[in-house]
Amino acid sequence: MQKRVLFHNPWLPYVLLAPQIAVTLVFFIWPASQAILQSVLLEDPFGLSSQFVGLENFQRLFADPHYLNSLRVTAVFSIAVALLALTTALVLAVMADRALRFAVGYRTLLVWPYAVAPAVAGVLWLFLFNPTIGILAYLLRGVGISWNHYLDGGQAMLLVVIAAAWKQISYNFLFFLAGLAAIPRTLIEAAAIDGAGPVRRFWTIVFPLLSPTTFFLVVINVVYAFFDTFGTIHAVTQGGPARATEILVYKVYRDGFIGLDLGGSAAQSVVLMAIVIGLTVAQFRFIERRIQY
Amino acid sequence: MAEVSFQAVGKTYPGSRTEVIKGISARVADGELMVLLGPSGCGKSTLLRMVAGLERISRGTMAINGRIVNDLEPKDRNIAMVFQNYALYPHMSVFDNMAYGLRIARIPRAEIRARVAEAAQILELTPFLKRKPGQLSGGQRQRVAMGRAIVRNPQVFLFDEPLSNLDAKLRTQMRVEIKKLQTRLGVTSLYVTHDQAEAMTLADRIMVINDGVAEQVAPPLEVYRRPASAFVAGFIGTPAMNFLAGRLCGDGRAVELAGGVRLGLPAPVAGGPMAGGTEGAITVGIRPESLRLDNGHGDLAVAVDLTEMLGADSVVHGRLADNGSTLVARLSGIVPARPGDRLRFTIAADALHLFDTTSGRRLDA
Amino acid sequence: MVESRWWITALTHAVLLLGVLVVLLPIYLAFVASTHPVQNVIQVPMPMLPGGHFWENYSQVLGRGVPTVGNVPIAVMLFNSLVMALGIAAGKIAISILSAFAIVYFRFPLRMAFFWLIFITLMLPVEVRIVPTFQVAADLNLLNSYTGLILPLIASATATFLFRQFFLTVPDELAEAARMDGAGPMRFFFDILLPLSRTNIAALFVILFIYGWNQYLWPLLITTDRDMTTVVISVQALVSVMEEEPQWHLLMAVAMLAMLPPVAVVLLMQRWFVKGLVEPEK
Repeated sequence: MQKRVLFHNPWLPYVLLAPQIAVTLVFFIWPASQAILQSVLLEDPFGLSSQFVGLENFQRLFADPHYLNSLRVTAVFSIAVALLALTTALVLAVMADRALRFAVGYRTLLVWPYAVAPAVAGVLWLFLFNPTIGILAYLLRGVGISWNHYLDGGQAMLLVVIAAAWKQISYNFLFFLAGLAAIPRTLIEAAAIDGAGPVRRFWTIVFPLLSPTTFFLVVINVVYAFFDTFGTIHAVTQGGPARATEILVYKVYRDGFIGLDLGGSAAQSVVLMAIVIGLTVAQFRFIERRIQY
Repeated sequence: MAEVSFQAVGKTYPGSRTEVIKGISARVADGELMVLLGPSGCGKSTLLRMVAGLERISRGTMAINGRIVNDLEPKDRNIAMVFQNYALYPHMSVFDNMAYGLRIARIPRAEIRARVAEAAQILELTPFLKRKPGQLSGGQRQRVAMGRAIVRNPQVFLFDEPLSNLDAKLRTQMRVEIKKLQTRLGVTSLYVTHDQAEAMTLADRIMVINDGVAEQVAPPLEVYRRPASAFVAGFIGTPAMNFLAGRLCGDGRAVELAGGVRLGLPAPVAGGPMAGGTEGAITVGIRPESLRLDNGHGDLAVAVDLTEMLGADSVVHGRLADNGSTLVARLSGIVPARPGDRLRFTIAADALHLFDTTSGRRLDA
Repeated sequence: MVESRWWITALTHAVLLLGVLVVLLPIYLAFVASTHPVQNVIQVPMPMLPGGHFWENYSQVLGRGVPTVGNVPIAVMLFNSLVMALGIAAGKIAISILSAFAIVYFRFPLRMAFFWLIFITLMLPVEVRIVPTFQVAADLNLLNSYTGLILPLIASATATFLFRQFFLTVPDELAEAARMDGAGPMRFFFDILLPLSRTNIAALFVILFIYGWNQYLWPLLITTDRDMTTVVISVQALVSVMEEEPQWHLLMAVAMLAMLPPVAVVLLMQRWFVKGLVEPEK
């Protein structure tokens, strides 16, 4: 798509672009290229000299049991967050769509968590699940479950999954609600006349028509779980206990800033970049698909 | 006051090889309203936008009042334009829409107010000056677009299909208003349309454009009476002119239609396709309204296919008995002809239009 | 809906109310905890209704801060967060709208190269280039400064694309009419394009304000002075000392304060926010 009318000026467009390009080059392109460069260098602990080591950092990385553990943790974490946040939001959106004139009221009550920072969301749930004073830990004790996420890795994972998913429900809910509103009423009515009950209508009509929205949200939720939940992990579990919640982004931070292993951290950054590029491509393929609908 | 002249003006879009305007030369006199008429895609809007300075001129020269404007920015050409979709600034009031250009030109506030007030009065927009375009009807928006052009006191008005977004009734009404306004202000105007009725009512002269070429530049009635080419003849008039294959005979004093009917001409035709001789293939044009019903002596025998009765007129569609080509006749009053009926028509010798079949140009005595 | 049997309606509302409960319960209990003295909060089970220490707790954290985390008043950090959030939102909108204007309304050498350069930033969140970005900021002397908190975050491919999409829907005739009226490019931008973009700017502003307010990793890296840090970071700082001296009532008060501005913005500007989020192409 192009404009028919254009303004002619030899220097103005460059001036207009300058701020964006300057910030991009200084804070995005340059650091990213540094990360790529460092990922093939080995630096001595004092940062005095470095030598080219090729893919050694990557080999070391994929031989490191902690890194492999982190990959596994990230996979479990992001799948669990996406699944929990998407199903809860879909159920609520379908119900809110049925609630007609109350829909906006419910929407108002359900969008709050969107505005809450991931770290703060983590702290809210930390309070509820605190082993000594938390109200939910207390209720769990009442049904015979001893809750202590400071010691039990599985419980720690469950806690950060709940906190992370809770925050994402609002976002998914809004998109599902918009997606449902876009489905023509006449289709639903036609299916009802054909004799399909509400459950059957959902699985044969509504859900397939929502699939572009769902696919888009899956990608967004995975990106969220990969990158935006750093605050949740950092505030709630610090990756523990025993690295049970150490997702990739937390590990890059820890190795780079606390461990000061620049080469290893840079290699991890490069792996993450590859993941983001993959997810971005997936997202843009979705946009192409959406145009067809 | 200004005159606009084109000298072999041509336009080729960058990266394309085909010329969309193929060397048009013409002169719009001071105070004249010239309509650029043609089918969509013929280049009429492009030509107008070249006058406006919105499209570059690839070759030739364009002058306003003797000054060559090829390389001038739109704002330096002292022109104003009314767009097809009006292009009103949606966030500005009617007053601000009209005043915007004046403010940019740093005209004193008091004068801006006076000029807008005057234009608003002429266009009966005074009660709406504080409204936004979104709160106006289609006709009112159209008048605001005109107002924006008027307040600038331009040397030339450009209209790009300004009435095509209005419904039929409003269009007829605004057509008359535009004509009155233009006559009153006496500003040289170029007006693009594809609607021949609009062209006939508004124009001092019409430029009929086809495929980037000016086929004819002439006053409306001349375009109708003496179309310069078969294209112009077919484009102007409803129902469209009938075209029949024929050839000149008898030293150019008569035409013979395929099938043998002979029609006399008022004066011998010379030149044309029979250069060197007098026998050659031509196209004979007959306007449906020049056919007269004469069942006694009519030269043209027609078998009726269909009759449209419009009340004041009847339009008869049929086929020539001699050669099977279709013929449409427009007859006044009610003609109760039924499919299968046979009718005979006559045509006055001076109502025949002859065209060179290959070039499409008009042949005259 | 097609069916209107009473029990389906009842079920619908039951599920929704349960959802609202799950969504709002953590926030409600945090508020309850922030209004009690500490001994009530560490009681098991904690009280379910707000207590009478609202004023004490909030005035303490706002005015005097918390001893275990350096006694810096939370009001200072709220101000820092506000500066950062407004700076990021305004900065992203400003540089993105200018870039989009250049890319849509001009043709110039390297235009597509710039377009792709901006596009690439989409694939490089802070999280994947932590250490080198920190080094750049340190080299530029940006640590513990508002500039350091804001500047590295204001490049925005998303906002640029959004404005580009919007500009492409603005009729060409509007720009032509402006040219005939004698307006140059910047005049057209300020008098016509900017006012027409108001709705988009408002919607984007809500989303970016929340984005800026809730930034975590970058302020964590770039601010080491307690009085330059943001309120979200201070919530984490309080959590980390909770084992030494449990002050849940103050922690929850700070958490409430950290949530209040973005939640208020979302609720008050819900219409813009939903529009900007769900249907950005309009």
